[in-house]
Amino acid sequence: MTDGAGSNLDKLRLVAALHSILPPQAVIHDTEALRPYECDGLSAYRQTPLVAVLPENQDQVVQIMQLCHRYEIPVVARGAATGLSGGALPLADGLLLSLAKFNRILDIDPVARTARVEPGVRNLAISEAVASMGLYYAPDPSSQIACTIGGNVAENSGGVHCLKYGMTVHNILQLKIVTMEGELLTIGSQSLDTPGYDLLALLTGSEGMLGVVIEVTVKLLPVPQRAQVMLAAFDDVERAATAVGEIIAAGIIPSGLEMMDGLALRAAEDFVHAGYPTDAAAILLCEVDGTNEEVSAAAMRIRDLLRAQGAVEVRTARNDAERISFWKGRKNAFPAVGRIAPDYYCMDGTVPRKRLAEVLTTIGRLSSEYGLPVANVFHAGDGNLHPLILYDANQPGELMCAEELGAEILELCVRVGGTITGEHGVGHEKLHQMCVQFTSAELEQFRALKKAFDPLGLLNPGKAIPQPRHCSEYRTLGREVLTAPGSREGSPP
Amino acid sequence: MSREFDNTIELQQAVISAVAQSRPLNLTGGNSKAFYGGEIQGAPLALGSHSGVVNYEPKELVLTARAGTPLQEIEAVLAQQKQMLAFEPPHFGDNATLGGTIACGLSGPRRPYAGSARDFVLGVRIINGKGEILRFGGEVMKNVAGYDVSRLMCGAMGTLGILLDISLKVLPMPQTEITLVQERSPAQAISVVNGFASLPLPITAACYDGLKLYLRLSGEPEAVAAGRNLVGGSTTPEGNRIWFDIREHQHAFFDSGQPLWRLSLPAHTAPIELPGKQLIDWGGAQRWLVSDAPAATIRQAAEGRGGHATLFRNARNRNEVFHPLTGSLNSLHLQLKRAFDPKAIFNPGRLYPDF
Ligand SMILES: Cc1cc2nc3c(=O)[nH]c(=O)nc-3n(C[C@H](O)[C@H](O)[C@H](O)COP(=O)(O)OP(=O)(O)OC[C@H]3O[C@@H](n4cnc5c(N)ncnc54)[C@H](O)[C@@H]3O)c2cc1C
Repeated sequence: MTDGAGSNLDKLRLVAALHSILPPQAVIHDTEALRPYECDGLSAYRQTPLVAVLPENQDQVVQIMQLCHRYEIPVVARGAATGLSGGALPLADGLLLSLAKFNRILDIDPVARTARVEPGVRNLAISEAVASMGLYYAPDPSSQIACTIGGNVAENSGGVHCLKYGMTVHNILQLKIVTMEGELLTIGSQSLDTPGYDLLALLTGSEGMLGVVIEVTVKLLPVPQRAQVMLAAFDDVERAATAVGEIIAAGIIPSGLEMMDGLALRAAEDFVHAGYPTDAAAILLCEVDGTNEEVSAAAMRIRDLLRAQGAVEVRTARNDAERISFWKGRKNAFPAVGRIAPDYYCMDGTVPRKRLAEVLTTIGRLSSEYGLPVANVFHAGDGNLHPLILYDANQPGELMCAEELGAEILELCVRVGGTITGEHGVGHEKLHQMCVQFTSAELEQFRALKKAFDPLGLLNPGKAIPQPRHCSEYRTLGREVLTAPGSREGSPP
Repeated sequence: MSREFDNTIELQQAVISAVAQSRPLNLTGGNSKAFYGGEIQGAPLALGSHSGVVNYEPKELVLTARAGTPLQEIEAVLAQQKQMLAFEPPHFGDNATLGGTIACGLSGPRRPYAGSARDFVLGVRIINGKGEILRFGGEVMKNVAGYDVSRLMCGAMGTLGILLDISLKVLPMPQTEITLVQERSPAQAISVVNGFASLPLPITAACYDGLKLYLRLSGEPEAVAAGRNLVGGSTTPEGNRIWFDIREHQHAFFDSGQPLWRLSLPAHTAPIELPGKQLIDWGGAQRWLVSDAPAATIRQAAEGRGGHATLFRNARNRNEVFHPLTGSLNSLHLQLKRAFDPKAIFNPGRLYPDF
């Protein structure tokens, strides 16, 4: 184990074995060449892997997995590494399996309204490839220019349109996976359901811990006849949050309902000049889509509702260019916020919509307590928050402070009946908070489930599901959340 | 919210003692779907009295109810707020419960357009095969903390655990709904519905009875009116009744003691020649077949087209209800079963003979 080698094979022999499966340039083992693989979108955590490989066909993946299984070398799959929870963080004694070369769209069937794609295909590339057929792939994470469909499946990614069209799990039909043992399995089918347990749902969002996805069949939807986006400005964050619930209560399901607070919207405006009212305390972006008639009717009702809820201004995008511009600000909000501080830390809790106003207020209070600004830009319709904590990693202690604030925010989400992650996954980042959200028995059930797929625990080990020891340590730290009302451990459900 | 009973503790005790004695249990909700699936050798454990809506917040689009709550009760509570279960579950009897519906994973005519039962499951509380009470998911719309055990429970036929409470996403009822009828040949019917499906139309159900294609349009009145012009066809005095009849198998097609098969297929699959009669639902993705043809013939026909076949009712052999699983997938199922129910006490044989 001198140079961080895996359990049963030293690095040199592993590289030699990989060379018998892959061409030389597809096996990366030089420390400098491994640098680009050391982190994902959560760059506060870094680790160079033992080796990285770039296979380009299923056979190679099968052989790599068989090799790693035989010598008990842990494997971490990697798509575009835009993940925000350290899910693709490599292991020092492990192999990093990049799916970057699996970037072909294999088959588009406009009649069946499906596309069969390799996992390294970028999310947006699918919609672009089928646009001429009047179709698109609905889930649209803000990272869609870069993130891969394999990563989307692993995280069950959402987007600004998942309020109406669902997350990744609602928009895929079939997966081909390679298990840790190196076996190729087909999960799901070309039909709407499959015999046996719903493994398709189980695999989705499993953070690369149950199998390596090597092919995905996605559902395609007809592009709506019309989409209309409205921008409502509020001079009070709570009022904006209340308006969100009122729209849903009126029986309208917008295709997107997003909120940005003052800090976020001004950063976005400075960055991409979306035309946002920079003096607002918060804006809502509300999009409705469907047939012409549906959209007109719904847009009218929403405008009235927003005004009744105290919006100081309601704008309707006059044309497609303006609509795209409104969304551009939202979709670029993270990088925009990234420009106003040396570093930012993106959180991802979900809360019941009715608690939004209160949670935002508490986040504001925590932000001043910790002395770190927080910008909020999020999927309001789903109650999925993305507080962005601004900090400077070069200031001693600030990263730790940001992490503590983040932990408090996530635990707040659990306390009000929500969850620590809506779409970014637990990864390496939120292991502590898993101990808050789940009881020991629940975590044990997760571990048993993982064993059914990966008895030796070699696939992305150490992510998503904390070990019992980990939780007992965290819990004995006596964090107040554990004794606060709503704490889950030991209390009756 | 008539019958409010929380039997969690009693049920947990029952499981613990069944585990201690390695005594298999036959879980029953309202017993409305006793016809469905394999036969179970086990002591009956009634779940119907664990009942009542626990939480319903129309603004949150979320309802949580105990598994024994009658489906009728849930639908009535939702209807008062002009909301619905968008997967339009079949009841197959007045006594259908929410738990049975989710355990069987059944969805009705709206399924291809709105999503399936599992698509609407947000969270569950269960008793696993160790007698532990566990909660997964929750009442929020998006939740990726831990593996998605809630959706795994859907369609597992009670073989992985006892469902205690279930949280579901609910949706507003459409303001208007009409049914249009067109005379079509089988091949035309398939191609027409698939053509419509690639257009932005407010279609929410499509079935074909061998002569006529029925299309349901739902939504804002203006959208339905505009959709009607594009889709064409006429309305009939029966109106929307057909969807209830098909969903509940009360349509004349289902009056038969012969085996009833459910073929799940890619929606655009051309009509399949098989002995017996067929009714096409789900825009082509679900085909009902009344037939005495051998199971192997029917299963091959479905499998060859990327689908599978379930012997839904009137099975002569209750051990061959569900489409068999092959090699590795079968062992994965066995492993999963073991992970949740190590002593194999929940509904052995209900899904597959070997677990
Ligand atoms: C600016 C920005 C905006 C974002 N906006 C959104 C958003 O709106 N909604 C949202 O949901 N997310 C968002 N994200 C998060 C991220 O883009 C998603 O999680 C995305 O799905 C990750 O895809 P990836 O290809 O980058 O995966 P990676 O980061 O490479 O990997 C993510 C996880 O998936 C696993 N994995 C990757 N490929 C495979 C495979 N083929 N088989 C098995 N496991 C695999 C990895 O092991 C890892 O655990 C955003 C990120 C950024 C940086």
